[in-house]
Amino acid sequence: MTLCIGSVMASSTDLDIVNVTKRFGSHAAVDDVSFSVAPGEFFSILGPSGCGKTTLMRMIAGFEHPTSGDIRIRGKSMIGVPANKRPVNMVFQSLALFPMMSVGENVAYGLTCRGVSRAQAEERANRMLERVGLKGFGERRVTALSGGQRQRVAIARCLVLEPTLVLLDEPLGALDLKLREHMKIELKQLQGTFNTTFAYITHDQSEALVMSDRIAVMNQGRFEQVGSPRELYHNPATPFVASFVGETNRLQGEAAPAANGTIAVRLPSGAVVQGQGSAAAKAALAFVRPEAVALAQDPAPLSNLPNRFEGRVSAVLFDGAASSLLIDTTGFEQPVRAVLPQAGPLAGIQVGAPIHVGWTADAMKVFAA
Amino acid sequence: MTGKPAQRLTLFLLLAPAILWLGLLIVLPHVEILVLSFSERVAPRVYAFGFGNYLEFFTEPLYWRTFARTAFMSILVTALTLVLAFPIALYIARVAQGRLKAMLLLLCLLPFWVSELVRTLGWMILLRETGVISYMLRSIGLAGQPVELLYNDGAVILGLVYGGLLFMIVPLANALESLEPAVVEAGYDLGGSRWTVLRRIVIPHAMPGIVAGCIIVFMLTVGNFATPVLLGGKNGLWFTEQIYAQFITRFNWPQGAAFGMLLLLLSSAIVWLGLRLTGQSLGTTLKQA
Repeated sequence: MTLCIGSVMASSTDLDIVNVTKRFGSHAAVDDVSFSVAPGEFFSILGPSGCGKTTLMRMIAGFEHPTSGDIRIRGKSMIGVPANKRPVNMVFQSLALFPMMSVGENVAYGLTCRGVSRAQAEERANRMLERVGLKGFGERRVTALSGGQRQRVAIARCLVLEPTLVLLDEPLGALDLKLREHMKIELKQLQGTFNTTFAYITHDQSEALVMSDRIAVMNQGRFEQVGSPRELYHNPATPFVASFVGETNRLQGEAAPAANGTIAVRLPSGAVVQGQGSAAAKAALAFVRPEAVALAQDPAPLSNLPNRFEGRVSAVLFDGAASSLLIDTTGFEQPVRAVLPQAGPLAGIQVGAPIHVGWTADAMKVFAA
Repeated sequence: MTGKPAQRLTLFLLLAPAILWLGLLIVLPHVEILVLSFSERVAPRVYAFGFGNYLEFFTEPLYWRTFARTAFMSILVTALTLVLAFPIALYIARVAQGRLKAMLLLLCLLPFWVSELVRTLGWMILLRETGVISYMLRSIGLAGQPVELLYNDGAVILGLVYGGLLFMIVPLANALESLEPAVVEAGYDLGGSRWTVLRRIVIPHAMPGIVAGCIIVFMLTVGNFATPVLLGGKNGLWFTEQIYAQFITRFNWPQGAAFGMLLLLLSSAIVWLGLRLTGQSLGTTLKQA
């Protein structure tokens, strides 16, 4: 661990983003964003395309310059430091391996740029390739590798330089589903064994949830919420986070205070749902997760739930463990999505079957619209 | 190919113009010239087979010196053209966008809308003793008397580089355009300086384009006639002038034919050597050009 003299904060964080704003003309791609990343942390920035996450990452790498604010790495300001002088390395979305070089030369490139002798660079590159499971691949052409192997070369090329921070720009985007699932776990393990700080950007909530220690949800240039995957999922701070992270049912209506600390939301149809939240204004949004929706064939088991409705199955979306039901519910404009039980009397439910749904007030998050 | 007879006939008919063109205009004259180059005049209107024309080339210093000079100058012109064209192509391929890119390529093309002769005469108007540059030098007081800038190697090289520039820029810009921007960024990100990125990433990537451009420019330069004659005058001493002189002035066709074959041999040898030295194959190079 390095200690920077004169700055107590420096030793406790690897990356500090301080009120960073980036404007393109009058449009603010990144709007007054601040956060810190601790050493060894896997930090993700999650957001839809065009939310400014790529711009933010490129500013950390040094390819874009903030309009205002400061970027500090281990307490040292990076303003005015060119990309090739920053202790930050990036895994690009397209991986950007050097096709004119062999696998070994790709990994050794950064070392030779630093003035490490050719022989020593080659040796260190080979050792790094061994650690990422590509022993003996040094002489191969990068074009002769599979998607997963190319991925590992791209990461090895960064890790061999022992950077303070590795930036990953949606590196799994180009892979097929099976490999992507596999690489998620592998990336997390690599990060753990090297104990390097990772900053990962993605629009894929499952990638972010599975790998990250902390996630920042970004929307229209701002951070909506920063927290652990569980916090974001169970206690979203804004309607955007509630609907962007994970599957959810979204209801729109008018809020009115109700008994024992809950908020009642009156839907346009007149139906009322009970939820938790802080919506004082009239227009309100309410969210409930599909797995929080309890299902029953008769109303008795749900009788103690504040939210109880009747409906009819309109679609069975079978997807193994992630199967769900769409239920046309009286009083709701959109069908309610619920998790399909894999066992019990409801496992074999068919389209058109009558059903009762219900959920607790705790499971329903209410926000001002 | 084991196609049906009708398919074969179609293929043959489609290829016929190309085969005729190659056969009648390229292969046939070259065979004729090859045969001609080995015939010696033993008596008026009597010719016999012999190596005399080739021996003449090696025994007369003027011939092989002109030959060596042409080879050397052509390589120099090619190298200069490459150095000048590279930043231009880099700008067109990597920096310029949309309309500006099209405009810049058009600007490079524009001089080729007039004939080579007229373009060369344009340079003469600029460079001659009574020309524009000489006049300007005198009027700003840098020269006391008219300056002759024509009829030296510099003028010849200038004209040849100017003529070759477009043929270098186009294949170079093509090759550079296909370089993914993220690869260049990765080069910087991993700690490379501008020079390292240029040397280890941009140039190796552009190599097929570089070789293609160099081959085209070298061939055009070695075989050029008007530019060395007009801009170099008596000092031009280009090998094509020797060939011209043998065919037209001295009416010694066998000698001219031998010179022609030697020039063909020279350009082929240098192109082969260039491909070998850069480790490129003719196939990938032709794709770039």
